[in-house]
Amino acid sequence: MPKLPAPPVPKPLQAPPPRPGEGNGTVRPHEHAAHGGIAVVDWVDERTSLSGAARWLMFRKVPKGTNWFYTLGSATMFAFLNQAVTGVFLAMYYRPDPSGGAYESVRYVTNDVFLGQFVRGMHKWGSTVMVVLVFLHMGRTFFFGAYKYPRELNWVIGVVLLILTMVMSFTGYLLPFDQRAYWATIVGVNINGTGPLLGPYLSDFLRGGPEFGATTLSRFYAIHMLLVPGLIAALIGAHLYLVAKLGTTAPPWSKAEKDPELRESEV
Amino acid sequence: MPSQHDKHPSKYTLDRRIPGAFEGETVTRRRFMTGTAHGAGAIAALSFTLPALGFAIGPIFKSTPHRWETAGPTELFPDNNYIPVVITLTPGIGEAGKTLVYVRRKNPAIDTDRYDRTMPYIAITSRCAHLGCPVRWVDAAERFICPCHGGVYDLLGRPVGGPPVRPLDRFYTRVVDGEVQIGSRFSVNSELRRFSPRDPGEPLDGIGQYAYPSRPSIRR
Repeated sequence: MPKLPAPPVPKPLQAPPPRPGEGNGTVRPHEHAAHGGIAVVDWVDERTSLSGAARWLMFRKVPKGTNWFYTLGSATMFAFLNQAVTGVFLAMYYRPDPSGGAYESVRYVTNDVFLGQFVRGMHKWGSTVMVVLVFLHMGRTFFFGAYKYPRELNWVIGVVLLILTMVMSFTGYLLPFDQRAYWATIVGVNINGTGPLLGPYLSDFLRGGPEFGATTLSRFYAIHMLLVPGLIAALIGAHLYLVAKLGTTAPPWSKAEKDPELRESEV
Repeated sequence: MPSQHDKHPSKYTLDRRIPGAFEGETVTRRRFMTGTAHGAGAIAALSFTLPALGFAIGPIFKSTPHRWETAGPTELFPDNNYIPVVITLTPGIGEAGKTLVYVRRKNPAIDTDRYDRTMPYIAITSRCAHLGCPVRWVDAAERFICPCHGGVYDLLGRPVGGPPVRPLDRFYTRVVDGEVQIGSRFSVNSELRRFSPRDPGEPLDGIGQYAYPSRPSIRR
């Protein structure tokens, strides 16, 4: 077969790099760099043994039939990471000041800050995406029967994560401090209060007093950006640990392959 | 392996052949040190979690001060129609701390309930007793109407339609130097009997007054 002519690439790119030891003894710069990287990884691994943990976490056996539905959990996690990163940077501009500063700071982010509208939009719409993904992930787990033994504890952790996601949605809704945020929070806190016996105290806890007061907004802000995200991150860690430890389930429609000997005896 | 020590168990460590134990010791030093370390850790952890927790839930038990807000001169308010007045519930936070109150002079022909004989003016909150949306007084219909979920109240603030579970809350009123003043909020049940202020959505008839107790933060 005739060979195609070599493309007219620049000289430095033409020669294929010789394998280590094959060359004329000279070590090229990029080989130095590669060896440097390997040396750094080795140095860290020798002192932490992290490569074993990484192998344990990432090179797992997955059942036959694993499909796109199994990516909903990762998608939810990336939605949370999006919320975390955009939220951290929104916190650089946001002021939890109920006497007008909160609304003004959100207006400033939206209208004046470079990419502010985009980052705030990612946070705002990302919250809805996260709730949707949580429910899809939950539905996948339910319909595939992936909550059954030995994965019940992971289902319980997932339910707690769902509740915490709802807490995030509720507390974050107040922060823009416009009319919708204010009245939605009034209604939401009063819905909490309709729980018998403990409800009225829960309302007082959320508002930091009997009426919507001076510290209600900062209370919601602290819960929204410090308390609950820490809990969610910790519980996602536990959730992932159990996934890696217990493995994933096969889809309900996939049948176990029979032992070849049994198959022969059946024939 | 059974020994004479198993037959006669003793609480003293020496009898249990624990090496290095002193005569008369009832707890080994290792157990003692373990317990001390755990106890010290628990004390250290509680010394910041308990105050922080109390700090966070403290407002539940702190009572809010009693305030009087001036609504306007007495001649401003008729006895057959409501005048909307904006008062400050929470000072220091601007518009977010204000609320709308509907005020009229007491009318013996209308206000015939047996519980409220002392207050010269009727001040009704704009917070819907369903979930706290702002109700609007519609003069032509002589009804308070809530925009959120369709709650409707009559002239006295008693629910006549929609989801509200009790009448609209009221405020204490008094007259000082010809000015009507508005004080603290209180809740009423369907007979307009007075109760400590409750949040919206909490019924006060029958078992409701016990299922939704008054709170120390706003009990009067």
